[in-house]
Amino acid sequence: MRAAVIQFPGSNCDRDMAVAIRQITGADTRIMWHRETELPEKLDLIAIPGGFSYGDYLRSGAMAARSPIMQAVVATAHRGVPVLGVCNGFQILTEAGLLPGALMRNAGIRFVCRNVQLTVENSQSTFTNQYEAGQSIICPVAHHDGNYFADDETLNRLEGDGRIAFRYAEPVNGSARNIAGILNLSGNVLGMMPHPERMIEPLQGGSDGRRLFEGLIREIA
Amino acid sequence: MKTRVFVTLKNGVLDPQGKAIHHAIESLGFSGVNDVRAGRLFEIEHEPGLSATDIEAMCTKLLANMVIENFEIEQAA
Repeated sequence: MRAAVIQFPGSNCDRDMAVAIRQITGADTRIMWHRETELPEKLDLIAIPGGFSYGDYLRSGAMAARSPIMQAVVATAHRGVPVLGVCNGFQILTEAGLLPGALMRNAGIRFVCRNVQLTVENSQSTFTNQYEAGQSIICPVAHHDGNYFADDETLNRLEGDGRIAFRYAEPVNGSARNIAGILNLSGNVLGMMPHPERMIEPLQGGSDGRRLFEGLIREIA
Repeated sequence: MKTRVFVTLKNGVLDPQGKAIHHAIESLGFSGVNDVRAGRLFEIEHEPGLSATDIEAMCTKLLANMVIENFEIEQAA
């Protein structure tokens, strides 16, 4: 299994993400600089990590979504390769058009940094197959712009297609329908604000994020 | 040549920053303000030959996120 973690100026979860992928899936994991224009061949996973790419200039994720490597990421995603975007990675995936909607300033204006309870909504996807539907998990969030917005038609379609992967058990940031993570139509792209890569062993306060990476092994191997 | 682009949130999109600014205005003692919505202004210096179509494409591709924002283009002197 081979994985790439994309690093932008201002990314800060790239190492955590690479460690989680390596430790749990055993994948040959490369951190790739955003100026590169090609991804390795036979890639099984692309991860877009959290952070504050380009200092959140213009809009969170807006600049990163237009950087050279993203064309390759979009093309690879369209071929069906799993793409996981966490936090700023989720923002980048919406800005790049791989996921619908937008992530706006938290409704309470404050930066939210704490563990939150999530409900697993879809347990059939590439990323969530090791969870059970309706399962409660604990995962940390750390963001200023996690307030998911989409028009009602889009939200209804996401619900109808089972594309809401995770929901907050209680309001965290003003997200429409408490959405914490969504899938694209073909199910190979997941964007989520909470950080599963920061919850992979008891030392971190829990290991509920582990199953997301374990699910990828089953799906890809 | 200069063109100004105004980017504003679409109607119905919640604007927490605008709300906070509104509260700050009130706490300064100004009354009579009903609502504040925050937006962005871009001043683009360019060659006279740059087409309106290109400026519009800059707006839809980068300056505005069409999911949540609208834009207006204004030719400046």
